[in-house]
Amino acid sequence: MRRLLYLLPVAVFGILALFFLRGLTLNPREIPSVLINRPVPEMNLPPLPGRGDNTGLATADLKGRVSLVNIYGSWCIACVQEHPYLMKIKQTGIVPIHGIDWRDDPVEGAKWLKKHGDPYDRVGIDPAPGRTAIDFGVTGAPETFIVDKAGIIRYKHIGPVTPEAWEKTLLPIIKELNK
Amino acid sequence: MIAEIGHFALILALAVALVQAVVPLIGASRGNAAWMALSGPTSAAQVLLVAISFAALTHAYVTSDFSVMNVAQNSHTDKPMLYKVAGVWGNHEGSLLLWITILAVFGGAVTLFGRNLPPGLKSRALAVQAMITVGFLLFILLTSNPFERLEPPPLNGQGLNPLLQDPGLAFHPPLLYLGYVGFSMAFSFAIAALIEGRVDAAWARWVRPWTLAAWIFLTLGIALGSWWAYYELGWGGWWYWDPVENASFMPWLAGTALLHSAVVVEKRDALKSWTILLAITAFGLSLLGTFLVRSGVITSVHAFATDPARGVFILGLLVVAIGGSFLLYAVRAPALKTGGLFAPLSREGTLLLNNVLMATGAGTVLLGTLYPLFADALNLGKVSVGPPFFNAVFLPLMVPMVLAMAVGPLMSWKRGDLAGALSRLKIAGALAVAAAIATWVWQGGSLGPWWAAGGMALAVWLFLGVLTELAERIRLFRAPFSQSLSRLAKLPRSAWGMTITHAGLAVFIAGMTASSAWKLESVQSQKIGETITVAGYAFTLKDVQSVQGPNYLASRGTFEVTKDGKPFAVMQPQKRQYKSPPMPTTEAAIETTFLGDVYAVVGDSGGDGGYVTRLYFNPLVVWMWAGTGMMVLGGLVSLSDRRHRVGAPTRARLPAHSVRA
Repeated sequence: MRRLLYLLPVAVFGILALFFLRGLTLNPREIPSVLINRPVPEMNLPPLPGRGDNTGLATADLKGRVSLVNIYGSWCIACVQEHPYLMKIKQTGIVPIHGIDWRDDPVEGAKWLKKHGDPYDRVGIDPAPGRTAIDFGVTGAPETFIVDKAGIIRYKHIGPVTPEAWEKTLLPIIKELNK
Repeated sequence: MIAEIGHFALILALAVALVQAVVPLIGASRGNAAWMALSGPTSAAQVLLVAISFAALTHAYVTSDFSVMNVAQNSHTDKPMLYKVAGVWGNHEGSLLLWITILAVFGGAVTLFGRNLPPGLKSRALAVQAMITVGFLLFILLTSNPFERLEPPPLNGQGLNPLLQDPGLAFHPPLLYLGYVGFSMAFSFAIAALIEGRVDAAWARWVRPWTLAAWIFLTLGIALGSWWAYYELGWGGWWYWDPVENASFMPWLAGTALLHSAVVVEKRDALKSWTILLAITAFGLSLLGTFLVRSGVITSVHAFATDPARGVFILGLLVVAIGGSFLLYAVRAPALKTGGLFAPLSREGTLLLNNVLMATGAGTVLLGTLYPLFADALNLGKVSVGPPFFNAVFLPLMVPMVLAMAVGPLMSWKRGDLAGALSRLKIAGALAVAAAIATWVWQGGSLGPWWAAGGMALAVWLFLGVLTELAERIRLFRAPFSQSLSRLAKLPRSAWGMTITHAGLAVFIAGMTASSAWKLESVQSQKIGETITVAGYAFTLKDVQSVQGPNYLASRGTFEVTKDGKPFAVMQPQKRQYKSPPMPTTEAAIETTFLGDVYAVVGDSGGDGGYVTRLYFNPLVVWMWAGTGMMVLGGLVSLSDRRHRVGAPTRARLPAHSVRA
């Protein structure tokens, strides 16, 4: 009996560890986004300087085709990390990517695209404090939204788009929406 | 190049740690002195290698080498030098490196100061210490390399979170880690003792000062953190029962309990297996805090950026370190010889009561912190547990503890005289009741919260209880006064340490009670020239101007504050907008007086030509900081006690008075 008492700490810890293991697969931050399955917010973002005429991003631009909306900024280091992969996605031509240059100096935002390559169809600027990004429910850059043909947000990806996230999550959703 | 040297040094340190984790352990079990002695040079080599690595990362920060990804993500050329250096540990990877550095230094300290330790115990403890190092080095090398390069390097970095750009917070993590990692000493020695199957007074005498040092650092670290929260976050409070705060508070509670039970092991040769359990638990809770903050299992306002791979790794580490230790405990602890018996009403008995209450307190904090996880895992929905739970459950547990704190030191070892102790506390009790009544009347009966009277009574009870014990010890009014004085002069420092620390807690309780019960605040849109009066202090908003800082733009409000028509202070709170990363912060202006803090925050313009201002009067806040300062001071005084410095069993033959405490 007394011996059982000595087993109590390891037993309690074992139960805790099981909960932790379960906890790792849950995301306490994942508050189901109210914007999923809702139309993209009303917006009419001005174009990035020196990027030609076909820029600026408005709500109407997101209708008719499945598209990605990518939130970036020249100040954002993780964006540098995902950028080469966005370029690859552009080359495949599977889906158009639109950019929102968030809380950025437009000149810096344009320079950044010159330096790292420009994967975007259309780019709109959302200067600080970033009203449009707030309407999208953006918590940080980069974030990528999948918008369907009717202009309805179907998925939100937080953080850089990695090959793994693209293959396992984003691409299947896009294929499904394209059917 | 320098970054690569840092990386390489870490890999070498891993190799050395592996040797140190294995060879001395085998040596100790076979009685091979040379193998045991290997723990000395290996721990010295680790200090050197880890220090090189830490210096390499610091160099990258100081020179703003943005080709190192960690620097690019957390630093900026415009940042003042202090925060460039503090940036080293202001992020996940760097803080882990700091953790390992401190761990190595503690290991080196065992080698340096532990020459009188029994070689078996020493080499086993150092081997356990090295196992922890191996775990953390693998963690850093496999999932969180701070030396990873970035190609192409950006022109400038992202900057450190501006909330962290504060002198108070620059030193908060190192102190906290010195505390957390300090508990690893007690842990390693506990495991070594379990392996040897022997816990004795010499063991406790060695473990106590290290635990005390860790406790001092942890106390300071927590205090610095809440002080920062108080003046930087600008909401007028200082503790929110946030998971990260709890993560530091739980090891503190367990460590405090450990300090007290180790006394019993040393003096009375009792409570051994309980003390071992506490030593494992204190460090286990430190590790758990690391896990909670870095795995993303719990949401918190100031958790690190998370990554599931790291979460899995550190959970594995936790299972091996804590699960393994508890298992070893279950197997070996029943065999520990139980020593001195004692009656429930004795010094040991009150210390045990203190321990049980502390442990229960830590358990309730753990439960509250993890409850959201439990609920989520069992599909009971997303919940958050806030201050009401902790205040309702934790604080009542502390009431009997504080009551007993005054009584315990008056009881004698083995068999105490409760009636005698209580009769000596008559004056303290009477004045505590008087304080309760006075508080009740002063706050206008039920106009103030009912518990304020209780809190003040507890503070008075404890403070006078501490003084009573001191008077008792020097036989004040019972022996001739000159004799009392000479007794006072001869009191061992550990006794002074206890007196100062316990009195500090009393002062803290008074400050905490007052600042929670009678805080006055006024939030409004205030026009230039308008005067708002809070607690008799009249705040006139003179102007709001733009000022330029090194890496921020601020609007600075100027208040002229008068008290009873006489000028009191000019206060200039700021609202800052940092550039990189773009983020606003508030800088409260605080004027501290003995009776309370006058506290002003300026916010955005309210549209109608006014500014949102928040004005507070926080009573007795400085008492809390002073009380904490006394607790730290008491710890230091106790640490300076000769017996602690000697520490080693071979030199324990000291003058008779040092045996008393």
